[in-house]
Amino acid sequence: MHHSGTNRLASAILITATTVSCVTVVAIFLFLLHFSWPLFSPEKLQEILHWTWQPFHGEFGILPMIAGSAFLSFFAVAISYPLGIGICCSIHGMGHRCIRKPLLGLVQFMTSIPTVVYGFVAIFLLIPYMRTFFHKGTGFSILSAALILSLLILPTIVLILHSQFSQIEPKIRLTAKALGMSEAQKFIYIVFPHSRKGLITAAVLGFGRAIGDTLIPLMLAGNAVSKPESAFDSIRTLTAHISLVVATDSQSDAYLSLFACGMILFLTTLSVNLGLRWITKPNSRSIDA
Amino acid sequence: MHKFFEKLLVALSIVAPTITIGSVTLLLGFLCLKGIPALSVSLIFGDTNPIDAIFHQAPVFDGIWPACVGTFSLVALSCILSIPTGVLTGIYLNEFAPERIKTTLTFLTDLLAGIPSIIMGLFGFALILLLRSSILPQANTGLWLSAACIAILILPYCISATATALSSVPVELRLMGPALGFSPLQSTLYILLPSALRGIMSGVILSIGRASEDTAVILITGVVANAGVPRSIFDKYEALPFKVYYLAAQFQNQFELTLGFGTALVLLLQTTCLFLGAHYLRTTMEKKWL
Repeated sequence: MHHSGTNRLASAILITATTVSCVTVVAIFLFLLHFSWPLFSPEKLQEILHWTWQPFHGEFGILPMIAGSAFLSFFAVAISYPLGIGICCSIHGMGHRCIRKPLLGLVQFMTSIPTVVYGFVAIFLLIPYMRTFFHKGTGFSILSAALILSLLILPTIVLILHSQFSQIEPKIRLTAKALGMSEAQKFIYIVFPHSRKGLITAAVLGFGRAIGDTLIPLMLAGNAVSKPESAFDSIRTLTAHISLVVATDSQSDAYLSLFACGMILFLTTLSVNLGLRWITKPNSRSIDA
Repeated sequence: MHKFFEKLLVALSIVAPTITIGSVTLLLGFLCLKGIPALSVSLIFGDTNPIDAIFHQAPVFDGIWPACVGTFSLVALSCILSIPTGVLTGIYLNEFAPERIKTTLTFLTDLLAGIPSIIMGLFGFALILLLRSSILPQANTGLWLSAACIAILILPYCISATATALSSVPVELRLMGPALGFSPLQSTLYILLPSALRGIMSGVILSIGRASEDTAVILITGVVANAGVPRSIFDKYEALPFKVYYLAAQFQNQFELTLGFGTALVLLLQTTCLFLGAHYLRTTMEKKWL
């Protein structure tokens, strides 16, 4: 009798904790939905989806921020992804034996470097350099932000690829050697085709991490509301926009566009996660077992 | 054509590590170069006597002591909220949840982990708007709100660290409980949890690091540049990452710039220590089973 009491108590505690966790996710979604509900009408959508942001004249267009976020994130992934693949190949056999472990250690350590530290150092190291090297503007540009952002998302990409490669590479190492394949051939003909899932997941999660970051664009991209046209333009991302509008305490009309930004970011995350589930589910039999 | 790809990959596998190691060394080296000379007692306490500042609550003006206290209280509060909930959810998720609930839970956890941190801040901000317009017209942002939002931010890390640590317990250990006639609860409590403890601890430490470095959430939920040491959880407060962010944009003289580098270095040292601690726990856990 006593035992079933403890059992029931324990499972009650566990289930309560689980419910709390689930409720928070749902609550976040419901809050965003509640506050951005007025948006879901054709007139309001038109008010939000255009290119001018002049809150004092009643113009609340957020298209520049959407374009800025998308451009910056793609740019960062485009820099970071090849680096990630190179590092992973290096760790899994192409690099010299004595740099493999330290390299993996460095990437793991990079996950713990605070974002704000990257931003702070970049302002005093990278920005002056960009200003003098390209002679264009202030140095606060998409390019500067993308370079630092690519360092920030690199660990995400490398660690996902690493866990995928370590399931495949050790199994085929001897076979590949026996067939006389070079290390590069091994990766191109065997490892990459079998780690399609990992390759896609790494790109998608890297993109998600890049689009969700606030500090780097806020500190380095210049925050000018404009259509991004070249890599030297100054832009404002959705995340930076949210923090700037809240911090400057605009009138409450601007809040609506804020929640629109939040909703877009949330929906991006949701579609990234749903997409990954859809990719990773079917036919997972490749070199397993 | 394929020859070209092979050459490209060989080049990439040399260039990529070089670029990465180079740029990280450059960034951190620059920080150390500028930051180490700033490290001193006066960086933290300014002109105030440290003992007075700690025990007699003397105000500190030119130091980062208030920011240290702010960050510490923020991390402590959010961990109190988040770690028990997260660890218990992780245990339920991995040991007791039926298959269908498990899939949903894993999906929700992944989703929560992927949500940009600014959204958590926006959530907190929305909460304040809602409270103001309904029951508490004087509700305002502050330490409590930031702590709650940070708690949500680190919750998925605690959950997945616990679940992963439990699921990596070897099968022999897992079968020992039922073989001894333990109930599922007993076998979780006396066998699985003790063997997974190091893994769980390492995840918990990493979430502490995450809680102390995040800036986006606190930026819109109540951190300010000059608040002094917070007196209650409803006060505005200062925090280390925000101090770094603020000084980067608003520094006015050489002294403040040095203060900025010093603060950034302190923050980096703190997260590095947490990382090394977590790494040590994880590797010793893996060694114990091999």
